[in-house]
Amino acid sequence: MIDWSWFPTNAERLVPALGAHLLLALLPVVIGLIVAIPLGWVANRSRPARAVLVPVAGLLYTIPSLVLFILLPGILGTQILDPVNVVVALSVYTVALLVRSVADALAAVPGMVVAAATAMGYRPARRFAQVELPLSLPVLIAGLRVATVTNISLVSVGALIGIGGLGYFITDGFGRGNTTSIFAGVILIVVLALVFDALLVLIGRLVTPWVGVGGKAR
Amino acid sequence: MGALLADVAAWFGDPANWTGAAGVPNRVLEHLQYSIVPILLALLIAVPIGAAVGHSGRGGFLVVGVANGMRSLPELGVLTILVTFMSVGLLPVTIALLILAIPPLLAGTYAGVSNVDRAVVDAARGMGMTEPEILTKVELPNALPLIIGGLRTATLQVIATAAIAAFVGVDGLGRILFSGLAVRDYTRMAAGALLIAVLALLADAALAALQRLIVSPGLRTSTSSRRRAVVAPAQPEQLPQSRSTTPEPELARS
Repeated sequence: MIDWSWFPTNAERLVPALGAHLLLALLPVVIGLIVAIPLGWVANRSRPARAVLVPVAGLLYTIPSLVLFILLPGILGTQILDPVNVVVALSVYTVALLVRSVADALAAVPGMVVAAATAMGYRPARRFAQVELPLSLPVLIAGLRVATVTNISLVSVGALIGIGGLGYFITDGFGRGNTTSIFAGVILIVVLALVFDALLVLIGRLVTPWVGVGGKAR
Repeated sequence: MGALLADVAAWFGDPANWTGAAGVPNRVLEHLQYSIVPILLALLIAVPIGAAVGHSGRGGFLVVGVANGMRSLPELGVLTILVTFMSVGLLPVTIALLILAIPPLLAGTYAGVSNVDRAVVDAARGMGMTEPEILTKVELPNALPLIIGGLRTATLQVIATAAIAAFVGVDGLGRILFSGLAVRDYTRMAAGALLIAVLALLADAALAALQRLIVSPGLRTSTSSRRRAVVAPAQPEQLPQSRSTTPEPELARS
């Protein structure tokens, strides 16, 4: 079923594919986060903005990835094989997912805490960066974990239209009836997703040291 | 982009694309046929298990773990592996779609049932309801928004993956897209992609309407803004996580 000698002989193809896969999956997480924070802030601040942003995010999220990979070249004027299509599509999903996370997380920051920060002399911008945003990190990181794992899995769909990454080993293996190649692609994708999920959990613990401490202290 | 739109409009205007086995109506029917069976089977499997786990409170971490872990599994991989080891045909595709539909439904049902206010459940028990009565008359009706949320995610996942299934040899709307890809006919690819997107949006809208129809009005009015914020969009699988990590209880304790 799995021919282990396949791995060393294909290492020089696997390693670049792994790198390309990670780039295609993680760049959109970064772009999505940068876009989603201000949008989530606006959605939390203004009811009309929320009434527009949240349904639009939900709507974007219903569009299948394969559909977006194919329609984006028509919209952006890119080539169908351009990896930019995958990066833009996954960034759209990440934003759609995180806007709601950010808005809900900011809404969950207790008014008393915000009032206390204001009373201590924090101006709105600094208060957002140093009080409200840090307090929303647990929910934000939960959203980031979902986005990261989903993106790592979705990049493989790009292989159907010929865009690199580990999905190539699945489509190519299927075409040649090479089960080792298929399993290599699937297993590496799952492992990558689990590793980055665990990494985000770890980062989450490091940047929110107060989580879970309050209960014990009292 | 203007020229492309005109091309795609012309494709949809061509009567040849609307008749026969390769016509749009038949492809839509095939796509629905591929999708409905695994969704119904997933409902039959996932809702009872999710309800049992949510009611008893045992095995919750397993359900959440499986549902989260499954998200990392590439749907293309599930399809190709099953087709490679079984045969080209509807059975492996149906099994693959079933595998992908179960986790969101399981997670939604579990989260819905276990999230029901304990005071409500205790009141039902105090009124003399038996455990099965509590589950069917109290917990499940209260869990409906999250169960349907899970159903919406599962349906979208199945419709999207059924399109990918054309790559492993079945038909449906994915066939239009892949037959376009094979001859580098971008117009046909775009038309196929649009049809898949429309089908996904319509299915989601239908389930949203169903949700409005069968969810008790009491669940909508009493906790309107808060509950809707959690339930409406299509990612209920994320709920068990965000529920446990929401900053509110942490702050309340300190």
